[in-house]
Amino acid sequence: MEKWYLMTIVVLIGLTVRWTVSLNSYSGAGKPPMFGDYEAQRHWQEITFNLPVKQWYFNSSDNNLQYWGLDYPPLTAYHSLLCAYVAKFINPDWIALHTSRGYESQAHKLFMRTTVLIADLLIYIPAVVLYCCCLKDISTKKKIANALCILLYPGLILIDYGHFQNIYNSVSLGFALWGVLGVSCDWDLLGSLAFCLAINYKQMELYHSLPFFCFLLGKCFKKGLKGKGFVLLVKLACTVVASFVLCWLPFFTEREQTLQVLRRLFPVDRGLFEDKVANIWCSFNVFLKIRDILPRHIQLIMSFCFTFLSLLPACIKLTLQPSSKGFRLTLLKLYSVILFFFLYHFRPVCLVLSEIPFMSTWFLLVSTFSLLPLLLKDELLMPSVVTTMAFFIACVTSFSIFEKTSEEELQLKSFSISVRKYLPCFTFLSRMIQYLFLISVITMVLLTLMTVTLDPPQKLPDLFSVLVCFVSCLNFLFFLVYFNIIIMWDSKSGRNQKKIS
Amino acid sequence: MAAFTIAAGTGNWFSALALGVTLLKCLLIPTYHSTDFEVHRNWLAITHSLPISQWYYEATSEWTLDYPPFFAWFEYILSHVAKYFDQEMLNVRNLNYSSSRTLLFQRFSVIFMDVLFVYAVHECCKCIDGKKVGKELTEKPKFILSVLLLWNFGLLIVDHIHFQYNGFLFGLMLLSIARLFQKRHMEGAFFFAVLLHFKHIYLYVAPAYGVYLLRSYCFTANKPDGSIRWNSFSFVRVISLGLVVFLVSALSLGPFLALNQLPQVFSRLFPFKRGLCHAYWAPNFWALYNALDKVLSVIGLKLKFLDPNNIPKASMTSGLVQQFQHTVLPSVTPLTTLICTLIAILPSIFCLWFKPQGPRGFLRCLTLCALSSFMFGWHVHEKAILLAILPMSLLSVQKAGDASIFLILTTTGHYSLFPLLFTAPELPIKILLMLLFTIYSISSLKTLFRQSFTVIAQAGLQWH
Repeated sequence: MEKWYLMTIVVLIGLTVRWTVSLNSYSGAGKPPMFGDYEAQRHWQEITFNLPVKQWYFNSSDNNLQYWGLDYPPLTAYHSLLCAYVAKFINPDWIALHTSRGYESQAHKLFMRTTVLIADLLIYIPAVVLYCCCLKDISTKKKIANALCILLYPGLILIDYGHFQNIYNSVSLGFALWGVLGVSCDWDLLGSLAFCLAINYKQMELYHSLPFFCFLLGKCFKKGLKGKGFVLLVKLACTVVASFVLCWLPFFTEREQTLQVLRRLFPVDRGLFEDKVANIWCSFNVFLKIRDILPRHIQLIMSFCFTFLSLLPACIKLTLQPSSKGFRLTLLKLYSVILFFFLYHFRPVCLVLSEIPFMSTWFLLVSTFSLLPLLLKDELLMPSVVTTMAFFIACVTSFSIFEKTSEEELQLKSFSISVRKYLPCFTFLSRMIQYLFLISVITMVLLTLMTVTLDPPQKLPDLFSVLVCFVSCLNFLFFLVYFNIIIMWDSKSGRNQKKIS
Repeated sequence: MAAFTIAAGTGNWFSALALGVTLLKCLLIPTYHSTDFEVHRNWLAITHSLPISQWYYEATSEWTLDYPPFFAWFEYILSHVAKYFDQEMLNVRNLNYSSSRTLLFQRFSVIFMDVLFVYAVHECCKCIDGKKVGKELTEKPKFILSVLLLWNFGLLIVDHIHFQYNGFLFGLMLLSIARLFQKRHMEGAFFFAVLLHFKHIYLYVAPAYGVYLLRSYCFTANKPDGSIRWNSFSFVRVISLGLVVFLVSALSLGPFLALNQLPQVFSRLFPFKRGLCHAYWAPNFWALYNALDKVLSVIGLKLKFLDPNNIPKASMTSGLVQQFQHTVLPSVTPLTTLICTLIAILPSIFCLWFKPQGPRGFLRCLTLCALSSFMFGWHVHEKAILLAILPMSLLSVQKAGDASIFLILTTTGHYSLFPLLFTAPELPIKILLMLLFTIYSISSLKTLFRQSFTVIAQAGLQWH
């Protein structure tokens, strides 16, 4: 690519923004006895370094699972072990068993932030750069602009470098992106390997597995199940099995080990109401107290069913007509669905930014906004406002999104044509969407101001968090509808075009 | 929606650049700040709580007021905003007071004052012609100049991390240069006079201004061969220039003249007792001179040419700010440095007088004056290299030769600023920003002048 230096500059900007955000406070700073996610990450380094593998996921006198017990798959544990070795080299006090609980110092903060930056640099950023370079049918300048916008996405930066979540999101997201990249560019084995690594790093990535599975299955069908397709299927199966076995090897020795790890990974008793998350259940809960009506496992089953059912049409279509674009759109729909139903610490990838810039930008802004209560708790108001504004400006100037709000640009042309058959006056769709955007942005800004300046009334201490959650949820509902429309009408127009040609 | 489109449309790349760098500056708020932070807090306190007669006498803190009166008035105005943030910072006795609100206020004041710098850059861009340009926005000289100035690495780390108010001062200087380019000489002179009374370090470049205005403004016409036409001397212009400078100076120093405090003010402004080199040596000629002296003294001791008893106990490398004697080489006095500086700027001044080439020649002379003063001046701070780098940026986007010199100057100059930030958390920031600026400047200037470079390279090949 000719403009390698511009891409380097974009990466450098991304890294600079990340490091400057990391100078701020982290979750649970100076708040004993439990502290926060940062302490969880440090604790895992302590556990994995000092205890044998067999004891990592078990409750014992040395490993109190109530105090930030390990609840992510083995790859996270191995990563923590690696970091622990480095920590031991610099200052063993950081990971000394028992005595290092709640250890906080400037040097340690520097170390932890550096581990995040290195992980990002090695896995996520190359994936983004390569992804943008492999995009087809757009100019080099647009590719670089795309990379800039993705790297400036505030949600990921604020959670990984500000809040410091107990999981390195950039690693799991990076692996998932490698997976998407591999699968879209016909490097199927690499893609599936990367995605398996992603699942083994963070079990939430299982959500993405349905579109992956359907897409790869579709590819095998396309190649013909009797010949090449079957060979591909076998190869894929072997890759998946091999990667899982490699990651879980120490835990496959005993049945009890495997079960215990699974129990830690999928705590069915945690339910859906972890913190005030911006999903449909919390919003619904305001009107109808389902938290109290339904038992926890029923809630979970309901969520899974809803998610599965809403994804089914798109997945079936993907199996029958595997295409890169369809794959990306299905993933996007998946995100909106999951956000709608679950939202448990989830970061969407800006995959279709270049194709539908206006909606993607709006979507990402809302997803950042939904993190507001969490960020305010960690005193990250300034970085969040700054990074959101930077992201917005980058998207506006790179894609000139406000000029791309016509029906065709929003891929709603076929939809509006169909509607106009019944309602001839339905010409104001694009104007309506623009106004909705304006209203949405104004509401978000106002809510932010209110949360920062005013105190909530005594009777409703969580008023602002719930309002944030409610507003975000409304937006996500809108996106859900929108993406569904795109996918369904995309298939119709595809069929029409085939008829014409 | 149309208004939105206009405001945020693609045409406004300049606003996007300015906003982008402002957001970056906001992200730099929690970084390390040097003692200059306390210096400015102290000055806020002094100007707010004490009467004018005390301003240049106050010495509770070691950071006494040593900038000209206009800066003191500026701090006075700021202090009236500061009191809404944190009243405590305005107490003279609150040494090293740095609450989070104080930090926020001070940082925001620097970021806010940079508005003047942004405006000046905008004006400078108008003076650049973009005749032979590529169709792409990123290849236009205006765009490159805007990035080189707005995102200047040196200015970012000195103003927004180390903490100083150079942004708006350089804005004033660039504005006066732009006005001279636009043939609005009176305004240019006015802005420069004001600037001098904000920070007198700009005296480094005053000769360039003086000679240029005298030669190209007061003498209204030239002979056909370019030499001076004595009878075109315009008394009106000389007198009006003199009046402008006089009025500005009167406004600034007048009150102190009335209070009979001028000697005190001058002793604060020009503290020659501070020694030849700053605590951190500026990488200028005297640094080499000191190093040579040290090396010779060590050799001399080893070879027993020198008597150990004659060598002064304190050394120049101890990081203190005092006056010293050299051991082997002759000692350097302020007068010596002045003479060396004058000799260094003489060639460029001669050229400016005898062969004036309009504003561009003036800019060259200005850069050379800044560089010469940096090399040979008394008690030079390493930050002074910015005085040469920023004007040079204007030259770099117009000629290939200037571009290559600029790249050398800016890369070494910026690298020499590294010791200013010595804390561990700031290490990645300074490396990343330095890489960012260096890669951008080299690649963009190379792209801009790729044709000229190709021609030069081809000519070079033909030679062989």
